[in-house]
Amino acid sequence: MNEILQSFVAATALVSQADARLIHIILLSLQVSGAAVALAALIGMPVGAVLAIGRFPGRESLIVVANAFMGLPAVVVGLIVYLLLSRSGPLGVLGLLFTPTAMIIAQTLLITPLMAALTRQIVEDAWCEYAEQLRSLGAGWVDSAATLLWDTRFSLVTIVLAGFGRAVAEVGTVMIVGGNIDGVTRVMTTAIALETTRGDLPLALALGVILVALVLVLNAATYWIREAAQRRYG
Amino acid sequence: MGMTRRRLLAALAAGLCAARGAGARERFITVASTTSTEQSGLFGHLLPAFQKKTGIQVRVVALGTGQALDMARRGDADVVFVHDKAAEEKFVAEGYGLERQEVMYNDFVLVGPRDDPARARGKDIVEGLRRIRAAGAPFVSRGDKSGTHAAELRFWKVAGIDVAANRGTWYKDTGSGMGPALNTAASLNAYILADRGTWLSFKNRRDLDIVVEGDTRLLNQYGVMRVNPAKHPHVKQAEGQQFIDWLIGDDGQKAIADYRIGGQQSFFPNAQR
Repeated sequence: MNEILQSFVAATALVSQADARLIHIILLSLQVSGAAVALAALIGMPVGAVLAIGRFPGRESLIVVANAFMGLPAVVVGLIVYLLLSRSGPLGVLGLLFTPTAMIIAQTLLITPLMAALTRQIVEDAWCEYAEQLRSLGAGWVDSAATLLWDTRFSLVTIVLAGFGRAVAEVGTVMIVGGNIDGVTRVMTTAIALETTRGDLPLALALGVILVALVLVLNAATYWIREAAQRRYG
Repeated sequence: MGMTRRRLLAALAAGLCAARGAGARERFITVASTTSTEQSGLFGHLLPAFQKKTGIQVRVVALGTGQALDMARRGDADVVFVHDKAAEEKFVAEGYGLERQEVMYNDFVLVGPRDDPARARGKDIVEGLRRIRAAGAPFVSRGDKSGTHAAELRFWKVAGIDVAANRGTWYKDTGSGMGPALNTAASLNAYILADRGTWLSFKNRRDLDIVVEGDTRLLNQYGVMRVNPAKHPHVKQAEGQQFIDWLIGDDGQKAIADYRIGGQQSFFPNAQR
């Protein structure tokens, strides 16, 4: 118990010192996971919308796959991206291994299925409600999908937060494809893992406290912005 | 509202640019090395000095020796800096590495419960292991093909004990790095073979203490070598060689000797030039 209290004190001290290395680690975490969630949303949400309203062969299988891949183990995604980006792998010539770009690619792969599966659920519910109306307006697939995505945008924000939460909290992919290189690819979770291996458990937990606090602040901010926007435009 | 939002976005953008700017335009090499050199803090001491002198940033990926060599075999490193002579010589013989240079040594220590229930304390590592076996006292193994793991297996062999047959009983094969294995040993109050550098910088010791040290067989030699461009043409030869030359040269050797953990010298330079 004492050690846990100690780490809260340490967390406060770390934040108040605003150490340049710590700030770099925090910003890199936000940058990598932010970019990954943006890309995953760009890919996953349209895919989810098409899965929701499209009628084509193989649709059910794709839905099952998307749902199942929500639970994709991060280490497995990390290994696959590692083997792809390794110099001996098919994309080795790009020289991307152990860069933030590699981490973004891996996290994008990790959370795109989550985006697609949850978007599919939300858009499908909306589709049940508005299908008649959209059809009577003569809207085609693409128009319907776009309209429904726009209409459900406030619910989709929650999906983005879920995706960001999974990305920023995972250690499996970023450790493998990033290499936890000091000052280059070290992010919050790999820094926590490193301090744990060094046996400095209070410092590791202090970093964890900061990470959780950041995610909390981000969620709170999103919540209020969403409330305000819904009141104004909802 | 609009104003604050714009300011917030500007701050965010500035932050992202700052994060991206670092390390983007620098010359760098990737070094596959071991957890012992990274976690003991040695690299944090050496690399800034090298970068200041040459402008080359050294990006260290810290793994067990076996994994580090595999990473280099795949062409994902320019230089390997590890501590398992037999595995290193094999790596060179296979044509993946160029000439191996010795850099420094430290030593392994047998760590165990302060009250030493197996009565393993002394200066003889092999006798210590035999007593642990006889007492059936818990022993935590790295089990990760690292240099330390390889050394541990060599000592068991010399002691004539077949640990593979005892896996899961008193012998606990954890498949983890030095730090995590030490964390496990601390929780189980078990014996464990550790490199001195990691042990000195390890903070979660609980009741563990050094039980056996000073046996000449416990010497732990570190070697450095470049990845062979004949296997992987993209490796950064000039910069990699500069790093090796610095390590085995006067400046690097002195920097290694100067590194202290809690006032104690933890690595001893011994490059042969």
